[in-house]
Amino acid sequence: MTDWIDIGTLADIPRRGARTVQIGGDKEIAVFRTGDDQVFALVNECPHKKGPLSQGIVHGHSVACPLHNWNIALKTGEAQGADSGCTPTIAVRQEGARIWIARPVAVQVAA
Amino acid sequence: MEFQDGLAPAAECEGDMLVPADDVREHLVVVGNGMAGCRAVEELLARDAGRYRVTIFGAEPYVNYNRIMLSPVLAGEKTFEQIVINDRAWYDDNSIELIAGDPVASIDRDAKCVTAQSGRTVHYDKLLIATGSDPFIIPVPGKDLPGVISFRDMKDVDAMLAAAEAGKAAGGGSAVVIGGGLLGLEAAHGLTLRGMKVTVIHLMDTLMERQLDEAAGWLLKSALEGRGQTILTGADTEAIYGDGKVEGVRLKDGREIPASLVVMAVGIRPSTALAREAGLEVNRGIKVDDHMVTSDPDVLAVGECVEHDGNVYGLVAPLWDMCRSLADGLTDQHSGYIGSVTSTKLKVAGLDVFSAGDFSGGEGCEDIVLRDASRGVYKRVIVKDDRIVGAVLYGDTVDGGWYFDMLKREENVADIRDLLIFGHAFASGGGALDPKAAVAALSDDAEICGCNGVSKGQVVSCIEAGNCSLDAVRATCKASASCGSCTGVVENLLAVVLGDDVKSGPKTMCKCTSFTHDDVRREIVAQNMRSIPEVMQLLHWSTPDGCSSCRPALNYHLLCALPGEYQDDQQSRFVNERMHANIQKDGTYSVVPRMWGGLTNPRELRAIADVVEKFNAPMVKVTGGQRLDIFGIKKEDLPAVWADLNAAGMVSGHAYGKSLRTVKTCVGSEWCRFGTQDSTGLGVKIERMTWGSWMPHKFKIAVSGCPRNCAEATIKDFGVVCVDSGYELHVGGNGGIHVRATDLLCKVATEQEAMDYCAAFTQLYREEARYLERTAPWIERVGVDYIKSRIVEDDAGREALRARFLYSQSFSQEDPWAERVAGAQADLHQPLAPIAIAAE
Repeated sequence: MTDWIDIGTLADIPRRGARTVQIGGDKEIAVFRTGDDQVFALVNECPHKKGPLSQGIVHGHSVACPLHNWNIALKTGEAQGADSGCTPTIAVRQEGARIWIARPVAVQVAA
Repeated sequence: MEFQDGLAPAAECEGDMLVPADDVREHLVVVGNGMAGCRAVEELLARDAGRYRVTIFGAEPYVNYNRIMLSPVLAGEKTFEQIVINDRAWYDDNSIELIAGDPVASIDRDAKCVTAQSGRTVHYDKLLIATGSDPFIIPVPGKDLPGVISFRDMKDVDAMLAAAEAGKAAGGGSAVVIGGGLLGLEAAHGLTLRGMKVTVIHLMDTLMERQLDEAAGWLLKSALEGRGQTILTGADTEAIYGDGKVEGVRLKDGREIPASLVVMAVGIRPSTALAREAGLEVNRGIKVDDHMVTSDPDVLAVGECVEHDGNVYGLVAPLWDMCRSLADGLTDQHSGYIGSVTSTKLKVAGLDVFSAGDFSGGEGCEDIVLRDASRGVYKRVIVKDDRIVGAVLYGDTVDGGWYFDMLKREENVADIRDLLIFGHAFASGGGALDPKAAVAALSDDAEICGCNGVSKGQVVSCIEAGNCSLDAVRATCKASASCGSCTGVVENLLAVVLGDDVKSGPKTMCKCTSFTHDDVRREIVAQNMRSIPEVMQLLHWSTPDGCSSCRPALNYHLLCALPGEYQDDQQSRFVNERMHANIQKDGTYSVVPRMWGGLTNPRELRAIADVVEKFNAPMVKVTGGQRLDIFGIKKEDLPAVWADLNAAGMVSGHAYGKSLRTVKTCVGSEWCRFGTQDSTGLGVKIERMTWGSWMPHKFKIAVSGCPRNCAEATIKDFGVVCVDSGYELHVGGNGGIHVRATDLLCKVATEQEAMDYCAAFTQLYREEARYLERTAPWIERVGVDYIKSRIVEDDAGREALRARFLYSQSFSQEDPWAERVAGAQADLHQPLAPIAIAAE
């Protein structure tokens, strides 16, 4: 069964932006809020050179990696266009304004 | 004159134009300077340019303009100049006499002459009536009150703009638009954008009921209400009330809606009075045969004023077909007009509505419907006997042209019926969207540009005739030259026809728009746009909130256009400009404090040394711009690092920004035995003046104290080389991938002049270069002579540029580090939740 963790409210994340959640070690989860107020969570690493996706420009339901401008789909973590690679996703649940993410152990954050 | 040499049959025609005695050509007189009249003449010129002497009468005091583009003018998306189809030069070049602002009052068919309102009389051999249509005014009390207008010509647009202005001055005006059809909704949209509170009164229960079915009409109504309009359907106007001018509209159910402007847009009627009085056969419209000839063989008629085979048309597309047949007839190559099937598009930004053919249903008609409520998409294709007879599309209209083309060709769709509703890409197999294949598959007579009536075949032959760029196609056959919504299709046609030979025109800003950087920037200023969403709305962005290319560009262009007013959008900035530090490959940041002119002191050096130790920075390095770069700082530590540096008097060096970076200097006359001027001092002054300014790209300055040029001023964006007699100013240098030495701009005598020219040049670059274009490619593009004409030769212009730069600077010289240290946007540096989840 999924173990949900309360990480805050929608207002804590800038629209078309992201915040991070630290999960021990040097791993982070990036929690994104899109222009239409949907929330997605990915491991905060681009599949290309591990760029911190949380620092990228969020547009539509994608984020452009700040290092080399790869576009990553927020829903699937897949690199878009000619690039290929995939960032692990983390399940998100929204209840009212509160946001919950699935406990990362369940999604196998690869070391 | 013509009638005096015996060619004219009657002598009553006085005041005929001065005609060269040897011009014996037949005289074609056109009544109506609108889209139909001029298009007919264009078609005629294209077939046999010299055959007729042409005179055109126009009721309005303008050259020929695109009436269907009045809505974008009202909405502020176009200027009048941009919707002119044929300017004065066209009339002059083709020796066409234009009599504008003097409507024809009567036709004497026996004498073969027309008399205008002014009394001017002109003889004709062939007469073409293209009087178009008149707005229908519903006969209610108060219809003649000042403030009640229609929406038909430039005068009406001017009246609406004046009402909006007056409303603004009074703290918000109200308007009522009577009529929820195409025209009424476009008027309502424009007035809403102009700041008026708009109520639309529509007699029927469904908006645009002639083009849309109930479902699409409802979607449209909700969308318009979401934009702040009040839509009253099933509402019958009883009277327009007011004392001496409009004060409001009263409905039959007793409701009263106050308004200072009432726009009647309930429909149009063919304008036939002139023809009727001349004794021509008139029914609903002026009756014409397949060659657009009226009941008098020397009188032709074309456009919305005619009735052909029992049909009258109020849309633009049939007009192109009519004009072709007419011109064929006038040049003895009779082809014949067979009537038109019409399609409609609503020109309201962000609302995609398309309809074509018959969707009323009926015996044997089958509906294929797709609804996607969350995307706001509704598609309905009506099929009868395996052929498409109608289509209504809302929210996603890309396949409108494809359905319409099949409808017109009466193509059998039995084989693709299962996939029909999913659009062209799916139905043609594959599912992968290849827009090139889609346009390649269109038939030659498929309409590409609705505004100018240009078919695929015409675009293709235009390209094959050597017009190998978008601009050339626009200039030659006018496709995509008006509203621009078909630009993508035209570009694909270029790619299909030319393969790899496409001369890519000016590149579009990004895939989200068909506009170039220059277009976007011009429109931002022209339309006084104030936010990124507004730009995307008005310029028909194709994505909901842009992409990582256009958002930073729009943010910059707005910031540049509206200094002090525009609210910077942090989410549209590259990470470096958002974090005020340079991201490194491991996700940490490097920090570069400003060292004015490359000068430093023990206090600053000590503070830097302390920061390096305190935050365990693994490396510190002297940069090429004469300052120190501290590496390996975590984003969480940035505010603390900045606080320590601020405490020693240092501010952000903007080493991360599309902005002024450094001013590199040599030691100059104060120390150097060769120095001619105080290059260090001047460098510091220039850096104090220019720091903090956002630019299209990074911008570097250097000041060298003598021609030995130790500061390498001749590979900088702006370089000063001091000489005995003053200061040489250099521009457009670059030491990057493509090394480019500067161009000499000019030489000035004083330090103050060097500063003034620097400010003016910087501002010119800020205002005119494309985003992410360094000064070197910009100058190669516009030419150094252009830069000189603006900066050196135009004293007043230079002063104005300098003043604008300094004004802009008065808002941008706050240290961004200090703001963050004080607590601004602290969340950017902190993780979201104070929880630690042990990873297993």
